Formats: sequence, C-alpha cells, structure tokens
Amino acid sequence: MAQRGIREYDGKKILANNWKEYFGDEFIYDFKSILITPETDLEEIPQNYPWVSDTPLVAKPDMLFGKRGKLGLILFKKEKPGDVKWEDVKEWIKQKMAEETEINGVKGHLTHFLVEPFVPHKPEEEYYVAMTTGEDEDIIYMSAFGGIDVEENWDKVVEVRIPITASDEEIKKIISENVPADIKDKEKYADFVYRLYKLFRDLHFAYLEINPLVMVGNKIYPLDFVGKLDDTAQFVAGRKWGDIEFPAGFGRDLTPEEKYIKEMDEKSGASLKLTILNPEGRIWTLVAGGGASVVYADTVADLGWVKELANYGEYSGNPSRTETREYVKTVFDLMTRQKHSSGKPKILIIGGAIANFTDVAKTFDGIIDAMKEYADKLREVGIRIYVRRGGPNYEIGLKRIKQAAEELGLPIEVYGPETHMTEIVKKAIDDDTKEVA
Amino acid sequence: MSKPEYLLFDKDTKAIFWNLNRNAIQRMLDYDYVVGRSPSIVAIVAPTQSRKFDKFFYGTKEIMIPIYKSTEDAAKDFPEADVLLNFASFRTAYNVTMEALDIPTIRTIAITAEGIPERFARTMRVKAKKLGKWIIGPATVGGIAPGAFRIANTGGTIQNIINSKLHRPGSVGLVTRSGGLFNELSNIISRNANGLAEGIAIGGDRFPGSDFLDHMLRFEKNPQVKMMVLLGEVGGELEYRVAEAIKDGRITKPVIAWCIGTISKHFGGEVQFGHAGAKAGAERETADAKNKALREAGAYVPKSFNDLPELIRGVYEELHAKGEIPEIKEPEVPPIPEDYAKALKEGKVRKPTNFICTISDDRGEEATYCGVPISEVVEKGYSIADVIGLLWFKKKFPEWASNFIDMVIKVVADHGPAVSGAHNTKVTARAGKDLMSSIVTGILTIGPRFGGAIDGAAKYFKMAQEKEMDPYEFVDYMKNVEKIPIPGIGHRIKSIKNPDKRVELLKNYAKNNFPSTDLLDYALEVEKVTTSKKENLILNVDGTIGVLLVDMFRALGYSDKEIDELINAGAFNAFFVLGRTIGFIGHYLDEKRLDMPLYRHPFDDILYDVKRPEE
Repeated sequence: MAQRGIREYDGKKILANNWKEYFGDEFIYDFKSILITPETDLEEIPQNYPWVSDTPLVAKPDMLFGKRGKLGLILFKKEKPGDVKWEDVKEWIKQKMAEETEINGVKGHLTHFLVEPFVPHKPEEEYYVAMTTGEDEDIIYMSAFGGIDVEENWDKVVEVRIPITASDEEIKKIISENVPADIKDKEKYADFVYRLYKLFRDLHFAYLEINPLVMVGNKIYPLDFVGKLDDTAQFVAGRKWGDIEFPAGFGRDLTPEEKYIKEMDEKSGASLKLTILNPEGRIWTLVAGGGASVVYADTVADLGWVKELANYGEYSGNPSRTETREYVKTVFDLMTRQKHSSGKPKILIIGGAIANFTDVAKTFDGIIDAMKEYADKLREVGIRIYVRRGGPNYEIGLKRIKQAAEELGLPIEVYGPETHMTEIVKKAIDDDTKEVA
Repeated sequence: MSKPEYLLFDKDTKAIFWNLNRNAIQRMLDYDYVVGRSPSIVAIVAPTQSRKFDKFFYGTKEIMIPIYKSTEDAAKDFPEADVLLNFASFRTAYNVTMEALDIPTIRTIAITAEGIPERFARTMRVKAKKLGKWIIGPATVGGIAPGAFRIANTGGTIQNIINSKLHRPGSVGLVTRSGGLFNELSNIISRNANGLAEGIAIGGDRFPGSDFLDHMLRFEKNPQVKMMVLLGEVGGELEYRVAEAIKDGRITKPVIAWCIGTISKHFGGEVQFGHAGAKAGAERETADAKNKALREAGAYVPKSFNDLPELIRGVYEELHAKGEIPEIKEPEVPPIPEDYAKALKEGKVRKPTNFICTISDDRGEEATYCGVPISEVVEKGYSIADVIGLLWFKKKFPEWASNFIDMVIKVVADHGPAVSGAHNTKVTARAGKDLMSSIVTGILTIGPRFGGAIDGAAKYFKMAQEKEMDPYEFVDYMKNVEKIPIPGIGHRIKSIKNPDKRVELLKNYAKNNFPSTDLLDYALEVEKVTTSKKENLILNVDGTIGVLLVDMFRALGYSDKEIDELINAGAFNAFFVLGRTIGFIGHYLDEKRLDMPLYRHPFDDILYDVKRPEE
C-alpha cells in the first residue's frame, strides 16, 4: 500500500515515544493528547486524564483531513480563545458525532477527535516545518511564518533538498546554512529540524508537517501534526511506531455489501475489492485483476456509459472457489434487487486479461456456482452476459460457463484472447443500441 | 560475449537466481529450451539451503544447478553472469540488491518483491544510477527479450508465450507498469504487429529502479526496435519524461501510448481505482492529463483502451509498407515435454504405483486414520486403543475390546529396571546416547526370550485347542515334541495360592465382557495340569494376554487362519512392544534426569576364562 496517513494523535504519540532517542534533553515535549472514538467513555476521561479538569482545552476531528480551522471544526473558544472546558468539549464532540458532516463534497460522520491543552502563544512563536520525499532526495520546508496562512506566505518558505544518501554532517550543514532569516534562534531551530529529519528518515515517514510549530525556549509544542508513513516499512520501523493504525480517513460510510467484501478480503490471501458506484446502473462488472478492472471501468466511461456503471471491483491472487462464489453472489444480489428503470436487461461483464498462472476454469467454477443460485432472479430482472478471459485452461472455463448459462436460460457470449480485452464492452453497448434501433 | 550497451539481455545472457524458486527457474529453463538457447540460469543463491545443487529439466534432460550461500560466491564462480534475478522477500530484497550492486560482474538486477519500503527503493535506485547499473522493479514480473532471455514468470505459460510470439524477436519495444497487463499487451502486439523485440514491466511501486524512459532510450538505440508501446497509469509523473523525450528528439521512433485510469475523473478522490500507487495526487497525475501530454508531444494516443489494437496495427502497417520492418521467418518450436504431475492431473498419463496404503491418507484437507479425520478421532473421544484398532486392524473396536487393549498396554508398560530391555536402555542412556538409540537397544531385546511369551502362548494354546489335544496331551507334546517350556506358563514367585493380581483382573474382565473366552478356558484347564506338578506353573500375565487376544479376535470375527497370520506378522508382539516402549522411555528420561556416568560392568561380576588358542 505504501504511503498512508496516520492520525494526528498517533503522529504525536510516535514523537513522544521516540523523543529521548532523537531529541534527548535538548528539547522538551510534554505529550498531552487524548484520542476520543465512538468507543470512548467520555465520563471516564476526567479520571484518567485529571488535567482536563483544570486546563483550557482544544478539540478537533482527527480523521486525516486538513483545513479543520477553515471548516470551523476546531473548538478553541466559546467567548474568547482558551475558555473551553471539558464539559464544553464533551457536548461539542457528542453533537459532532451525531450529525452528518460534509467534507470536500463527501458526506459522512465524524468519529475520531483529538483533545489537547490550549497553548497560549504569540504569533511570532509560530514556525513551520515540513518534510517530504522526492525521488532521489528528501525535501525540507522551513519557515518563520507558520499557522493557517502558511500557503499565503509560501514565498517565505525555504526549501532544501537532502540527498537520500547524505551523511549526518552533510545534513546538518545543508539545514543550518538554509534556516530562514526571520527565525529568531536559528541555531536552535536548525538543531530541532535536523533531529526531526533524522526521526523522519529512520522511521520511514513519507510526509511530516508541523504547523504551527511553537518553540518557547527549548519547549516544543507541535500544535498541528500531519504525518504519512510508508506502511511497507512496518518490519523495519514497526517497533518505533508502536501501536498505531492506518485509518481509511473521512469518507462515505461503506454499504453492508462493501463491508462484507472488505472483511472477506482482509481474511483472505487473495484480493477481493468491491465499490458500489451506482446501484441503479445497468452495467455490472466482475473483473479479474487490478489492472484489468481499471481498464474495463475506463472503457465503459470512454464509450460514454459511465452513468450506467454500477460497480467497480476486482478479484485476483488466486481466490478459492468458495471466495469467488461469495464475491459473485454479493454482486448478483445487488444487481437483481430491482429491474432497471428503463425495463431493459442489465449487462454483466465478466472480464479479465490473459492470466499468468491462475487456473481460469477453476475460478469460473465459482462464478457458475453463484449463477446457478441466482438463475431465477437473474432471469427475472433480465440480463445479458459477456465474457472475455485468457490464460491457463481458458478454453475449458469458457466452455463451462457458456454451457451453464445456456442451461439456465441466461443469454451469454464468450470470448478468448483472440478478442481484444475490452471489445466485450463495445459489443454489449452495440447490441443494446441495435435493439433500440 | 560482449553485447551493445543498449541491450540488457541477449541469447548468451547468464543469470544468477536469488532464492530457490523452483517453479520460476523451471519456467525459465523451459523457455530457454523452446527458443533453442543454453540454460540461462547458472547458479542459485539460497543462504538457508543445506543442499549444494538442485535438479531441473532442460527439455527432457535433467541438469544440475549449483546452490550458493551468497551472491558473491556465485558471482566468483560465474563471472559471465551479469544478471541477478532477486526473488528475495520484501524483508531481504534490499540487502541482496545493495550487496549485488557492489559486485562488478553484475550489471542488471530484477526485483520481484512487493512491499519494499520506499526509502530502500530510492536508495537502491540512486546507488544503481551512480554505478551505471540497471534495476528492474521492485514489484514486477520483470520482462522478456523474445528469443533470448525471459525473466522468471514473464509471459505466463509456455503455451501463452508461443501464442503471443514471445519466443522469437519482433519489432516492438514494450514498457508497462503492472505485470498483470503485460501478457495482454504482448498478445495485442503479436496480433496487430509482429511481436515484441523487448518488453519490460517497470513495477507498480512509486519509485521504480528504472523507469519507462530509461528503457525507451535503450529501445531508441536498438535497431531491432522499430516502434514502442507505453502503457502508463494514473498517478506519478513518469510518463511526462517520455513526453519530454519525444518533444526534444531523444526519442524519434513511433510511440503508441495509453495511460489507464481515465475513469477516476468521474468519481473524484472518493473511489480508489486499481492499486494504491495508482492514485492521482494532483491534476497533472491523472490519466487524462498524461494522455493529453503524450498526444501533444507526438505520441500516438488512442481515444480509449479499446482502440489501442487498431492504432498499433496502423503504425505497424505503415512502417511495414515503408519496408522498415523485415519479414520474420517463424522458427520451429520444439515441443516442451509435459510435466508428469500436470499430465497426470489431466488424465493423460498413468503409471503403476510402487506402494499401497490402506490405513491412512494425508492427501486431503486433513489426514485420516482409516478414513476417520484426526479431528473426529479427538472430538469423538477415541481412546489410544481405538486408534490402535483403526491403524493396526482397520477396525472400530467395540468398547469391550478397546477397554481390554487399554488394560493390556497398561499392564505391559514396565517391569522394573532389571529386565533386559530396560537394562539396555539404561546402559545406553548412560553412554551418553540419545533417546532413539537408547530405547532401540531396549526394543531390540524383545524376542523369544524377553516379552515373546504373548506370541508363543497364543500360538501354542491356539494350536493345541484347534488340534483338540486334551490338556495332558498338550503338556506332553510341548515336553516331548517342541522340547520347550509352555510359553505363558510359570512365574518366579506367584502361584496358585498366591495368584497374580494382574492376571485375576484380566481374567475377570474377559469373563464379564468378552462374548466368549474359549481359549482362556482351555488354558485354565492346562494350568490345572501344570500346577498339579508344581505350584508356580500358573498361567502368567503373558499367557493370559496371549490367549485372551485370540479370544478377542475370534469374537471380532477373525477366522483362525487370519489370527495365525496376525501372530506370524508380529501383531500380538506389537502390543508388548508398544506398551513396553512407554517404560523404556521412562527409564531413558530417568537416566537423563539422574545424569549417571558411563556404566562399566565390574570385573568381579564376570567369570574370566581366557586361554590362548591351541597352536
């Protein structure tokens, strides 16, 4: 999966857990953060974290999306900044969890919140630091002007590039020579950035941003933290990460069918993916292989039928016959719930590229099993099936699926590698248009 | 042997394969055989393998390929191998690559592992570029130079390779990201042009060791390549480098390009199409933007993937009409001998078996004892005796028989440290030997004189009863004809007045539970005769077990002849061997616990009577 966002809470926890090793006693960070989830008993918080009772607080959603300030999703004041008490936080979180929220055009529910002490500070103490990975270099962004307006002040951000194989001395030199002029204590800032970069590198961060970074003497307050880790480095850096999660982020709630396939996918060595795009759509796809599934979806859209594309998904990595059957049944169940509004038959694309070593006949057996179970419903709703596949035993697979469909009274056309992979999409659409004419 | 810079592989390319991946290696050798070149794999590196070589087929012939502990050792012995196929896992692949980059004779490394950390991938990439070496991957099936060299599994089955004309060079250079669509593209190109000159799948990771352009610049220099096909993807910016190179004239040959993932514009960032790498971070990274850029740079870009074949055909035919593409004489392809396992599965071959097994089966989901899955044995509460029934006699014993066998095992389990078997076990254990050696020395003493009485009693009492000898007749027969004491009769201390409690228990159990105790009754008649001569000539525990086992098998429906076969096969003795092994193990563990030194028999316990041989 590679680069994946982590919660602000987990990011800060990683900092705190590795603070001694990377920052020693040169810098001090008092980690005081609470993650609130739907499972959290809010009544127990004051017991477990006594400081919430006598400290002004800040609360914000912790679900990977940014611009929370601009979205009005940071609770830091009632009348004036720094007057938010635990009771206010509790009510606010309860309310936010209950109502539907729209973020960047996606509607869903807020589920995770971060609660921290309110840190009063002067604007000139707000710095900015971010790190990211380029191709052969890492890039560090440094600025004396942090806060929510950093993008407006981007011309004041200094960008330095650290060759991936640079030695500690080289890194130190590059950073300290490039500290922005407006930073008061340059030496201290450079030292902090150098140490943070070492942690960034050792812990396989792909992205790290602290904005604002408040430095008061040698006390560090990372008021906002955005981090992405390279999750493939679990085996190298997992111990330093500790117990963290890679959340899916704010999004549309999964349908029960999508959830079912997701759970099956997590348990299986094979890959099973399903996203419902439009349950009312006429074109349903069952495609083997990640690349091929994209190509089929592309082609439906490129031929102008994207509005009728009902689902996107793929199965690959040699799923068992049972897994294939369950996957296909889930799709059949969705597509046979109602007739299409136009009364026209639905179109089922069973597609795939030429398999390397997957036994096509075997995977088709799983599809045939599901077809038999849903034959009545499929006939009722009306269906036309188009199949294209190649690879080991494809002839047997195609023959079997054709025979099964015909016996069940389901119209079917089957094609092998002599037919272009996406040609069945075109055939299906052509057949449909012909019928209209 | 030297080849032009622009070629990574030719017909003489030799490779070292890291990891003993038998399937992939065999597929490469099958390919070598089909295209008529010598075996391309010269060595295997597998640090955890204890073997020095492995056998593979080259056609019908078997060849040996040496296995090394390190790439360095393999490279020392095979300096002509300039390719390393790194099939190490994602945990190890980085170290293997970094080490191999330092070996001067290795120029190209293909890495298949998925899930190598990006920082590692970038470091490998930087190092390789610095050294002027090539990395293909990570996370790739590799690539193929048709007619010359195939990386591992590229191209799929041999049948598909021939169908897609990957067994001889064509005129098209292909670069893709994913291996999944590599076969599909090879197929399209073989049907609409004359096949591949070379094809590389650069891998699905964000930071491939070499990218589209790196390989296309090689294709540009390679006179065999007349046109190129690029299959890109949504996400990343690698395709722009190709567009730049077309614009600035570094690439002059026709390029047909298509980036998949055009669907994503219809669903925003909400839906993840394809794998995680295939996500557009910015407008520039969308498939549409990249297709547009390539089209503007002068590449042939279709309207949709569906039009790709037609476009390839068009470009090919134009070049062909201009006479730029030489005619290809299709080579003859030697048939690849079918693998025995595969042919067998498909019902194409048969052979007589060398062994037969009728008691257990480990081929299915779960091993079975005489048809009963082991889990069922546990769940249904089978006793050890029931398991003996299944595996020794292929029977589900009735409860009365199981209980009896259970008693027998308990009764014979041990008889103190002084008997020959236990003694041997102890002496061997004290000599510092292992469990197996120690108990075997004990078991080896079991025979006619030690523990053999069960067999003997069963045999002689049964014989006498069958021949309808009366007890007196039998006692005389044993004395005069067989000239041995009756097996199973007699005890060191026990007598008719001081009966052996074990014997009483067994007899009572049989009387109360066996359907019939015919032979026991007969033996007891014999006992009356022998004890009338001497008080301690009782039916002892071995004798009781022997005759009761006969009664048991009779009641279970075995014929007398079948029971004789069991006795002759050692089945009765087996109960003693099994039971007493429990004791032997006990004595062995006892010795280990006590840590007693080597045992030396005292001189005064041996009568020395040694004389010089007569001259």
